[in-house]
Amino acid sequence: MDLALIPDGGLAWLEASGPLAHVVLSTRIRLARNLERAVFAGRASAEQRRRVLKAVDGAWPRCASARGGVRILLDELDGGEREVLHERHLVSKELMASADGRPGHSASAVFLAGPMGVMVNEEDHLRLQTLHSGFALQPAYAALDRLDGELGAVLPFAFHREFGYLTACPTNAGTGLRASVLIHLPGLVLTKEISKVLQGLAQVGLTFRGLYGEGSEVVGNFFQLSNQTTLGKSEEELLDHLGKIVRQVVEYEEQARQVLVRDAPTIIEDKVWRAYGLLRHARSLSFEESMNLLSGVRLGVGLKLIPGLSVYTLNKLLIFTQPAHLAALEARFPNDSELRATRAAYVRRSLDQEAAQA
Amino acid sequence: MQCENCREREAVIHLTQIVNNSVTTMHLCEPCAAEKGVETGSTVAKFPLGDFLASLGKGGSEPAGEAGLDVPCPACGATLRDFRQTGRLGCADCYAAFEPHLRDLLRRLHGSTRHEGESYRAGVVPVDRLAAPVPAGVVAQGRALDDLKEALRRAIEAENFELAAELRDRIRVLE
Repeated sequence: MDLALIPDGGLAWLEASGPLAHVVLSTRIRLARNLERAVFAGRASAEQRRRVLKAVDGAWPRCASARGGVRILLDELDGGEREVLHERHLVSKELMASADGRPGHSASAVFLAGPMGVMVNEEDHLRLQTLHSGFALQPAYAALDRLDGELGAVLPFAFHREFGYLTACPTNAGTGLRASVLIHLPGLVLTKEISKVLQGLAQVGLTFRGLYGEGSEVVGNFFQLSNQTTLGKSEEELLDHLGKIVRQVVEYEEQARQVLVRDAPTIIEDKVWRAYGLLRHARSLSFEESMNLLSGVRLGVGLKLIPGLSVYTLNKLLIFTQPAHLAALEARFPNDSELRATRAAYVRRSLDQEAAQA
Repeated sequence: MQCENCREREAVIHLTQIVNNSVTTMHLCEPCAAEKGVETGSTVAKFPLGDFLASLGKGGSEPAGEAGLDVPCPACGATLRDFRQTGRLGCADCYAAFEPHLRDLLRRLHGSTRHEGESYRAGVVPVDRLAAPVPAGVVAQGRALDDLKEALRRAIEAENFELAAELRDRIRVLE
């Protein structure tokens, strides 16, 4: 399977056209679904997993939402290619692990069409997901709900009258819905207000994670805010609640940025331009350093301090400066110092091109 | 620590509030906290899955005790002991097999056990017939459905929610 065949590379959301794109990078929603009378993927035999994949294989082409889509079998990919999909947020760590643990016969797969995808044989039989640019909970859910309806009309989903959709882990039961908004909060971090905001989230039933979801660290001031509970509230209520809180956090962030510009304009301007200068000229960059510098530059673009640089370019840099993407540029897998040099060269080239166009 | 309100039960909720710029902390038991209208969200967060799993089979309110841990789900053979180790259930039927435990767990995790979201009518076509060709009538209806769904998508994008609601109803009828 050539990853170049994926429509838009699965990266349409990078275009930064969505609402509040200067603060909110992306909106992602996933629905956990399982098939009736089939052992959950974690406990299933190779044959049982194969049968689940076959069932989805049969259902997928009959979904209108899946038109022009592709199927990718993890068993047919090498480690580097799987990492590339993970870095694009198309494949979860758990799906990679399910394939690693059953070399050659995992039947772990991802189906992709436009902004939507279905992971098969992850922790649940199906994980429907979609990734949209900016703050877009309603359109993202409308699209995913459609795919859910189409798949559910053909596949018998496990559903309980009282508990709703049944999932391998009870933390996902009910709606099976997890909505996450990836949000950039340098203003709140710099003004040291961030811990208050994060503590407040737990009190309103929300949770935060790092860039790669569950168990990942926060880098570059990017936070993923998502709902904690999935049962007892309707999909609309869960999305409404998350949406309200996100809007509030965006407002706090904007206030914090105004305070920074009002009280410490020189410091902020210096910080932003230093970050830009380093990215434009450095010869070696670690992933963490580039993420932090990109955060500074993104703040500068948001405050209109750095002209002629698009959020789209910054979004692309977030994805393409990750290790597996850089390794894919090289003929062989580079060592750490080579990787840092390749990263710095890639960043320089991108920013030079952008400056030439401006 | 004793509950500050009833001075009877153990305080399990420590509520920190900021009122008029001064920080106060209250130590409450669960019933008193609920009485004071403390959000279930914070009670929920106090019972992560790990704690519940660790407490499974340690006597107390556990009805079957350690022995109940090895009773297998009739459908997949998974036991509560397996669940304690992996945090994952074996199959959808485990929810029925271990219902009292799971009802308790779901309430702790989500603050509720009742699904309020979209309801689902089991699939129209059984799994083993998926490979069979789709009958012509179904295809025609499928197309009308596709068109309606496309119209619904456009209506939502245009934020024309009245039209969207109407379209959604028509889709439900067809489905």
